[in-house]
Amino acid sequence: MPFLGQEAVMRGSLLAEAGIPAPGIYLGWGSFLIQFGNLIVIVLMVILFVVALFLPFPRGKGRK
Amino acid sequence: MTPDGDTAAGTVDEEPRFSTWTGTARGWMLRRLPPDKLLPEDQPSYVASWIYVFGMGAIAALVYIIVSGCILALNGPAWYHVSGLGHFINSTHLWSVELFFMFMVIHLWGKYWMAAWRGGRVLTWITGVIAFVVSIVTAFTGYLLQTNFDSQWIAFQAKDALNAVGVGAWFNVTNLGQILMWHITLLPLAVAGVVALHVVLVRMHGVVPPLDAAATDAQLQQDLPQRASVEGEHL
Ligand code: HEM
Repeated sequence: MPFLGQEAVMRGSLLAEAGIPAPGIYLGWGSFLIQFGNLIVIVLMVILFVVALFLPFPRGKGRK
Repeated sequence: MTPDGDTAAGTVDEEPRFSTWTGTARGWMLRRLPPDKLLPEDQPSYVASWIYVFGMGAIAALVYIIVSGCILALNGPAWYHVSGLGHFINSTHLWSVELFFMFMVIHLWGKYWMAAWRGGRVLTWITGVIAFVVSIVTAFTGYLLQTNFDSQWIAFQAKDALNAVGVGAWFNVTNLGQILMWHITLLPLAVAGVVALHVVLVRMHGVVPPLDAAATDAQLQQDLPQRASVEGEHL
């Protein structure tokens, strides 16, 4: 948790135990705002997509 | 009955006339989806790329979602909200949903950029769109089942939108019992049904040739006449 100190982490786990969701980390540039988790998912998908296009596909066994 | 291989081959080649609805239906299905198209042993060489793996990736994730969902349903929230193993299975259920959506979206991007709706494959694309939308609704009802402040917040935000659209009375997101039933019976059945149809359609039409494939390619020459005759009938 890069943006939280020790106390905040402890408070976070107490909140979680009481069923209260942690506030979450948001990143923004100008009017653009995105939650950190969503950004990770989108970046991961783009990387997987590009890798799928360029990574050579293994040849099947016993194929002509 | 003769051994199945013979029956299937004979029916397709000779195109016999049937007088019963079962026979007519069998003839129709065998013409559209003969066994060697339903379960082919090989695919054209252009399918040898990782981008074609994401559809099956989405199916694999979906299978795990359904299996873990069945375990959650059989044990109930008093187990999965409290015990260590219950928490674990609940978490793998969530994370396989994350994988499912990532694979589906990469699959969608792939099919979009290869214009995979070409050559009479519109219904394959449309069933894909429906699978996407129904999956989103299913995931949404899943988030409503957490019975914490998060799910309460989501439900109370969503109810206004659903009421504005006019469906709030039938699909009441603040009615936990109703949403549970949607999430564990109706919506999973709908997703599974649409995905099954989607895959059968892919089998019926065969995988679409790449955009830059030359009409002189040997593989296309071999496939096209047969494909044109099947698709010509209903397009
Ligand atoms: C529940 C999610 C989905 C599953 C499980 C799924 C599964 C599959 C599978 C296994 C294939 C064949 C192999 C492959 O090319 O990957 C396929 C093909 C295809 N999918 Fe999906 N799919 C899903 C969602 C979508 C979506 C959202 C779209 C687009 C809106 C889409 C469009 C297509 C098309 C057009 C093809 C046919 C490609 C061709 O004929 O060459 N699918 N799908």
